[in-house]
Parts: sequence; C-alpha cells; structure tokens
Amino acid sequence: MDDKKCIIMTSNSKSGPGDAGRTGSWRVERPVIDLKKCTPAKRQKASCYLCWLYCPDGVISKELEPQINLEYCKGCGICAQECPTSAIEMVEETRLIEEERKINEKN
Amino acid sequence: MKRIESGNVAAALGVKLAKTQVVAAYPITPQTPLTEKLSELIEAGELEAEYITVESEHSALAVCIGAASAGARAFTATSANGLLYMSEQVHWAAGARLPLVMCVVNRGVGAPWTVWNDHQDSISQRDAGWIQIYVNDHQEIIDTVIKAFRLAETVSIPVMVCYDGYYLSHTHMPFDVPDENKVDTFLPAYSYKHTLNPESPENLNTVTMPFARPDRDGVNKPGYMDIRHNLQQELRTSIPVFEEIDTAYKAIFGRGGSPILSAYKCEGADFIVAAMGSLSNRIKDIVDELNLEGLKIGVLSVHLYRPFPQAQIIAALQDAKGVIVIEKALSYGNQGALFGDIKAALYPCIKRPFAHSYIIGLGGREIKKADLYDAIKESCTTSETFEDTSRWIGLNR
Amino acid sequence: MNKQVTNPVNLTAEEFMHPGNRACSGCGLSTLYRIGLKALGRDSIFVVPPSCLTVMQGLYPIAATQIPCLNVTFASTAAAASGVRAALKVRKKENTKVVAWAGDGGTSDIGIQSLSAAIERGEDFLYICYDNEAYMNTGVQRSGTTPQGTITTNTPIKGKIQKNKDLPKIIAAHNPTYVATCSAAYPLDFYNKIIKAISLKGMKYIHIHTPCPSGWGIAERLSITVGKMAVNAGLYDLYEVENGKKTLSGPSSKLLQKKELPRVAEYLKIQSRFRALSEQQIAEIQAEIDTKWEGYRQEVG
Repeated sequence: MDDKKCIIMTSNSKSGPGDAGRTGSWRVERPVIDLKKCTPAKRQKASCYLCWLYCPDGVISKELEPQINLEYCKGCGICAQECPTSAIEMVEETRLIEEERKINEKN
Repeated sequence: MKRIESGNVAAALGVKLAKTQVVAAYPITPQTPLTEKLSELIEAGELEAEYITVESEHSALAVCIGAASAGARAFTATSANGLLYMSEQVHWAAGARLPLVMCVVNRGVGAPWTVWNDHQDSISQRDAGWIQIYVNDHQEIIDTVIKAFRLAETVSIPVMVCYDGYYLSHTHMPFDVPDENKVDTFLPAYSYKHTLNPESPENLNTVTMPFARPDRDGVNKPGYMDIRHNLQQELRTSIPVFEEIDTAYKAIFGRGGSPILSAYKCEGADFIVAAMGSLSNRIKDIVDELNLEGLKIGVLSVHLYRPFPQAQIIAALQDAKGVIVIEKALSYGNQGALFGDIKAALYPCIKRPFAHSYIIGLGGREIKKADLYDAIKESCTTSETFEDTSRWIGLNR
Repeated sequence: MNKQVTNPVNLTAEEFMHPGNRACSGCGLSTLYRIGLKALGRDSIFVVPPSCLTVMQGLYPIAATQIPCLNVTFASTAAAASGVRAALKVRKKENTKVVAWAGDGGTSDIGIQSLSAAIERGEDFLYICYDNEAYMNTGVQRSGTTPQGTITTNTPIKGKIQKNKDLPKIIAAHNPTYVATCSAAYPLDFYNKIIKAISLKGMKYIHIHTPCPSGWGIAERLSITVGKMAVNAGLYDLYEVENGKKTLSGPSSKLLQKKELPRVAEYLKIQSRFRALSEQQIAEIQAEIDTKWEGYRQEVG
C-alpha cells in the first residue's frame, strides 16, 4: 500500500535444514552399510534403493554406493529392517564412538 | 448516485465497489439480506468474485483467511452467535495480520435466544486484535466499508464494520453511492506481505517459541510475544492511518472528517453523552431538547472502538463536568464496556469529569425517548453521587 | 493404464523436505510426506491444521518443507483450502495444486464438518488424511478412527470401547471425484495415487494408514513392517473409489489370489497398544476380516 508504517510481523518460516538441530545426536544405533551385500554397490547399477525409499528423513543418498548423512540420521533402523539383502546393520553408537576414539588416539 | 436502500444493501454495495474477490458467508439474521445481495451481485456478474457458500461461520472466516493468505481481497459478514462461533478464527485472522473486512450486523447473543439488536456480539470480540468501527447510518455504512478495505490493507490488520441490526440493517434510507472509478483511484489493488507463493515458499503461522530464535542464516527472529507486541503497536499506528485515509476519502467524495469520534454540540458543553452506533443519533434529539431547557450538553459518538482512541477521548471529554455513557453491551460482572474504557482513558487527567453508566436496549428492549431523557437529566443534576456501577434503563417492561 | 511403473530407481532423487526435522525417529508420516511431496512438486500450496505435521514442518523461523504452507485452526482445514483455491482462481493461477494434509483427529473428528461441506460444494483440491489412529501430537488420545480395544492415554486400562468410524467410506458416500486408501508402508502406491488424484478436477481424498512407533508401541525400525502386516492380513485395505465404484488396488488387489491371508493376531500382538485385547476379541477381528474378504472374492468371482 501507500506507505511503510507497519512492519507486519508474522510467523513466516523459511525453508532450511536442521529445525530440530543435528538430529544425528538422537541416534542410539548407527546404520552401517556392507557394500559387499548392497545390491546397487554389488551390481554397480542403479537398483533396489529401498533404504532410500523408506528412510523417513531422506538421509540416505541414491547412489551406487549409498551414503548415510549421519549428521541428521535419527537411527530408526527402518533401512536395516527393510533391506532385502540384510546389507545394513545397526551398530551401537557407544561402541562405534569408543572405536573411533581409539583410532584417533593411535594417530 | 443517490439510492434509497436498506443498511445491508448499503454494505453490499460497498463490498461491490471495493471489488472484493472472495466472499464467504453463512446465513444468520439480521445479516442475511447483506449476503443475499452479494450472491445476487455475483450471480448477475456485477461483481466478479467467488462466493463460497460455507456450512458455518467458523468456515466462513476460514475461507477468508485462506483467500487473503493466497492473495485475494476477501469479505464476510455475520451477527451474534455467528460471530461467537467464528471467534477462534477472529483471533487467528488478527494474529496472522490478514487484511480482511467483516461486517457485524449487531444482535444480542444467546442464551436465551434473541434475534434483536444490541452490541454484545462485537463487544465480546473487542480483545481479539481487530480494528472495530461502529457506524451510525446508511451513508456511513457504505463509506466505511470502502475505507475499511484500505485501512485493513495499509496496516495489515482485519477490520470489523459494526452496525445495528434492524435499526440500520433493515431500515431504508437515502444514501449516496460513490462513483466506481473514483473508488478505484481511492482503493489500490489488494496486497498482503506474506502471500502464499510457490516461487518463494513460506510456512505461515507456524508454532512460535516463547523466545527469539535464529533463522537459517543465524539472524534472530521474534518470539510469540514480540509478534503480539507488534500487533499492539501497529493497532495504535492504525489510528492516525485511519484519519489519513478518511481525509483522502473526503478529498475525493466530500464526506468524512470525523472517523474516530464525532461530536455533536460538545463545544463548551458541561455534560457529554457518549454512545456508539445508531443510538448516538437518537440521543441527539434528547440533547437538543435539553439544550433548549438551558443545559449545555452534547453527544460524542465513538466510531473507532478498537484500537481505543485514548488521546482523542481525553481531548473530547476532559473539559466537561460530567460524562454519561449509554451503551448496549457490558462486561458481565463488571460494568458497561465503553464506560470502563472511557473512565480508564480519563484517569491521567488532572481534572476528571464525573462518569455515569447506563445499559439500555439489550436484546432489542425498546429504547424510549422518555427513558433516555430522564436518565440523562438525572445525571446532569445529581452528578458525583452516582454509584460506580452501570444503571439499567427500561427493565421490567 | 499408465505403463510407466514407478519404482525407487526412477523416482526423483530431489527432496522437498529437509532432514533434521522434528518428526520422531521411525515416523510413518515422515516417509509419506517425503514421497508425497515428490508426487506433488513445487507448484503446490499446503493447508495444515494442528497435527504432527505442524511440528514436523518446523517451528518459526525454520521450515522443514520447501512448499508454501498455511497453518490453520483445527476445524477449518477444508474451508481454508477452499479459500486458497478461490483466491488462486480469481488470480488465474488454477494450475497450482491446493493440498490439505491433516491427521485422523483433525479429519474424522473436529474437521469433518468443514470437509463434508467442501466435498458437497465440489471444491477442487486434494485432501490427504494420515491416519495413525489416535491424537499422537497431543500424546496418544483416542480419536474417531482409533480401533476398538486400543490402549490410549484416555482409554488407558480397558482400551477403547467403541469401534472406529470408517472415514474413507463416509467420504466416499459424498461422491467426490476420487477416494483412495493407502498405507505408509507402500509409499509408491501412495505416490501413484497422488499422481492420479492431481490429474483430476474436483475433490480428491486420500486416506493413509500410518504407523506411529511411539503411539502404537512398536520398535522404530518396524513402522514399515507393521504397516505391511496390516495390509497383508487384510485388515487395512488399499482401494480406490471412482464414480461410486470401489476397486481394490495396489498390494491389496494381489491378495485376492491368495486363499488364506496371514493371521491378524500377528499384527496385533507386536503392538503394545493392543495388549488389552482378549483372544476372543482377536478372534472376532479375524472373523470380520474373513467375512470381508469372502465378500471381495465373491465380487470378483
């Protein structure tokens, strides 16, 4: 309208990731993909991608060697449950963190 | 162009001249002739708009909320329990800062059922964050509806135009219908700052925290209380904006000049009667008689009730000996709503006039000239010794 | 018939929902929403009442979605969507899709009046109801679609006394352009039904059985599995209704060839919300399923 007398403050959110922060910190178990069993990795051909399809958070990439975005993966385990070749294993975060710590100490 | 029509038709013609794009309404007496007229104008192709025949008032305002958010000028109208039924949406529209216009054709609220006039319906919604304007005659209805769209869209706050059921809605009076081309120059095309747009997506009216929170770029954005504070501030801003809009309207159409309050014989008056709506006009007759009897008395008609024009109220009333507030609604368990607001406004004045309160005409109870005369005259003669609650006029009739 | 079969390989990799949102881990709605947005695309406007989706789409000032959305009051979803549609019509932007997306409480209970009226008026938008069979966002209270016997926080000991309302059937009785049921466990079926719905003018309604790990009392990893069990046991049927005719579709249509379906007890017993069900009640649910499927088989001959 004719002038800018008002700011007109509303709740108008703009698109962006991480509204709930780094939701990877929610994870108790981490999905680990065994590429030797993973269908697209094994066949080196776009195929299967059921983990990508079912992932509620869209954190699995649709690549020949699917990657999991651990910054945001909540660790639900649906990918491991639904993988037809059982290529994904849910591993306790505490164990992995401990192993990673040991590797870092050695270096 | 002069026409003789009902107040409801005057409102409908205002909505038409404003080139409203979406109308949604649910029938309730005494609003129906207004929305019937709009259906007719739209079906006849005289107004190019979508008319959504909703199943409730809650949905009527929901349609307007959706339409206004998606970039269309929207209008609804209701009365009484219809307004109460949409109350959740009334608050929502203000919080979302949607520039809607709604006519409230004033009627008493149930229970018990009444279809007749008072102001309890819109008064009960006074704290929702809308601008509320009470008008006194048919000419003011059509002019105010047009001005209301510009006001709503300038400050991005919804506006209720309130007028008395039957007294105005169903009586026929002559009024001037503004020229369409002139209205087009007065009222620019609809705009809303946060219009839903797939090309620049926003998620509107989301859950908002009690505290400020950074956005995706790390810039702090307001919390709920800040957003609500902004609504309050910009409601205050809308008082001078409404005056400017009225001035612009007067320059084109030659009518206006007292959009906030209109004073009748108040200059140098010892006593001033304050009222809203068509009742103000009736009181003018009494005031004329009392002036003939030698009393110096005037009438102050309060048009803008929310935001409450405190400074203008002080200026209008502070020099009087007494203020007599006569109204058709109250804050139950307390006192007359307008009375309470006027007293609060006068509190900072060093020399305050006494203030008396009368409740009248609830649920269409007949308002007798003699009752008004007696009450006003009594207040002028007994002054300070009046108890601090509202007196009810015309009981047990 | 559309010969292009949608599969995970040819489905677009573009995401319209951001990760790091507030959906619970393993949320069935989250998968649905993600895949649903792929079908709807960017030229859409959402209308959303209070629900888990409100929270999932983000708290001010961050939106977990890339689609414009109007958050509205609980009862007003279909009316507000009608208003958005009307505005787009007068603004000559009729290709933009209007999508109302609400939960089962928001649809079967508080929102049914405005939805019923919108269908009766023949509004042109898509209404999606994700049915997780209780008020999950407020902490698992029973809704109109909560099944009989379900433990919720306001049916905490005996389970819900009453049977659930058959919402898609109620909607279909209004004769809208299109009604379909889906399951979050079959996101591609959902995708295909959205594609079909948005190709049609008028009112379209899609109802989705949506597992909720926290509300149903299952492990998070099982939300797809449990959804498939409901369909495969013949408890929750996937179908389409067009011109008054109901046709089993997707995974449910394949069950017609089977002589016997997996027992429903398997589905019921892995969820702690059904712990109050007696063996007798489970047998009754099984009997209802058997009768229903006997009817389906007779219909197709």
